[in-house]
Amino acid sequence: MSQRKRSKGSGLSQGGDGDEDFNQSQMPTHSQVQRNLERRSQDQVNQKVSELVQFLLVKDQKKIPIKRADMLKKVIREYRDVYSEIVNRAGKTLQQVFGLQLVEIDTKHHIYILTSDLPRAEGENLHRDNQTAKLGLLLIILSFIFMKGNTAKDGAVWEFLRRLRVQPGERHEVFGDVKKLVTEEFVRQKYLEITPIPLTDPPEFSYQWGPRAAKETSKRDVLRFVAKIQGKDPTFWMSQYNEAEATP
Amino acid sequence: MAAQMTDAHRRFLQVLMSHGIMEGSEARKLHRRCCEIHKVYYAHDKLDDFISTINSHLQPLFMQIRKGMSEGDGRAHYALVNLAETEITKMASDYTENELELFRKTMDLIILSENGFASSTDILNLTDQLKTKKMKKKEAEQVLKVFVEDKWLSERNGEYTLHTRCIIEMEQYILSNYQDVARKCNICHSLAIQSQICESCGIGMHLPCVRKYFRAQTEPRCPQCNDFWSCDIPGMNRIDSQSPSKTGRAEKSFILGTRRC
Repeated sequence: MSQRKRSKGSGLSQGGDGDEDFNQSQMPTHSQVQRNLERRSQDQVNQKVSELVQFLLVKDQKKIPIKRADMLKKVIREYRDVYSEIVNRAGKTLQQVFGLQLVEIDTKHHIYILTSDLPRAEGENLHRDNQTAKLGLLLIILSFIFMKGNTAKDGAVWEFLRRLRVQPGERHEVFGDVKKLVTEEFVRQKYLEITPIPLTDPPEFSYQWGPRAAKETSKRDVLRFVAKIQGKDPTFWMSQYNEAEATP
Repeated sequence: MAAQMTDAHRRFLQVLMSHGIMEGSEARKLHRRCCEIHKVYYAHDKLDDFISTINSHLQPLFMQIRKGMSEGDGRAHYALVNLAETEITKMASDYTENELELFRKTMDLIILSENGFASSTDILNLTDQLKTKKMKKKEAEQVLKVFVEDKWLSERNGEYTLHTRCIIEMEQYILSNYQDVARKCNICHSLAIQSQICESCGIGMHLPCVRKYFRAQTEPRCPQCNDFWSCDIPGMNRIDSQSPSKTGRAEKSFILGTRRC
């Protein structure tokens, strides 16, 4: 008995179709996927799983969040009818071999990142050397935002950085174009979220933690970092301490 | 029989992956740390077994941790490479079409060169020939910087050669696609981008391999044709006399790693 797919058009969609096709149309249900699997050779499906694993690893090395539409268009293609099975197996492989977890950080737009399953180890440099400085800057910004109550105005953030001799106008010897790094790169990588504050003139923006920041560090770690720098105990900041303890 | 992956293996793999390539002693340190953190049995001389375990699990994914030698200092390095036969697949997702084309053309220049290096001037002049999309010289300079940061190229005094990581990853690709031009070292039989060449019979050797091979010999002779090896051997003082002009050329070959002796 033939399968009546609910996606646009008959049969399997081509890779060349626009992103809208993948976002709007329905994905096959679990039972449909299981039936579709039977029509495919195991080798072919495993090949797709390997390709997807590689694709995810490469994208994540650059900290680029991965869109489902990209996965479908660039890797899955005509195997769209067994998409969920391929993604599940890829996820398992990533955990089993790399200790990495595929996490959906945006369930509406289906955007994913990879996070490490392994507990953070002291003094370990997981990142390449030229990235470490950027992460240092990021951590300072994340700390500032958390200590300010999880949201800070752009004016306050840049004033704080100015005191650390990091200015948006000047080219920084380590960070280069700092404004671009903070407002574009960190935002694209989902470390920061910058949203305009309505009804402000001149326009102001509010800075918050992005979903990747929440997954890669914790309020507790950040508070500990601040406490260490200031030579105080984390309990010095009672409300932040309570919040940090309450957040997993 | 493949051993199980433990968190120690996974941590090692994650760190190696984020570095792209790691020098031997760094890798040994990492091996010990990973075993300590996850309380896994550690033996200091079992790094290769440890890596074999990881490799057995990477094989179905067409990936592998491969060992290679740096052409500069001869030190062993470990890199995570993509085994898929398709062309430059790992790079393909990171760079745009014209960036990849620039890289391929740069690789051509390097492999076809005498000394395994391409000058930045020569590379920048390639930008006019790009078929995919034109690139300004300023942009190309930036792209070259990124290739160096990402460890596909190494730069020395304004000249570019292939990074050890690139050589380890692309050795098979280069040997098959540049069959007539690419050289293999007569001693270790691996791809040699920089090499010294025998003037008489044309065989080539890596500089570190030359150093190792001739260390024990008072009179360096070509392993293939037995002719006197006239290139300056890196790291050794030449005791016997030579005609001034030849010495001059030999000097040049040591400093720049020029092929012809």
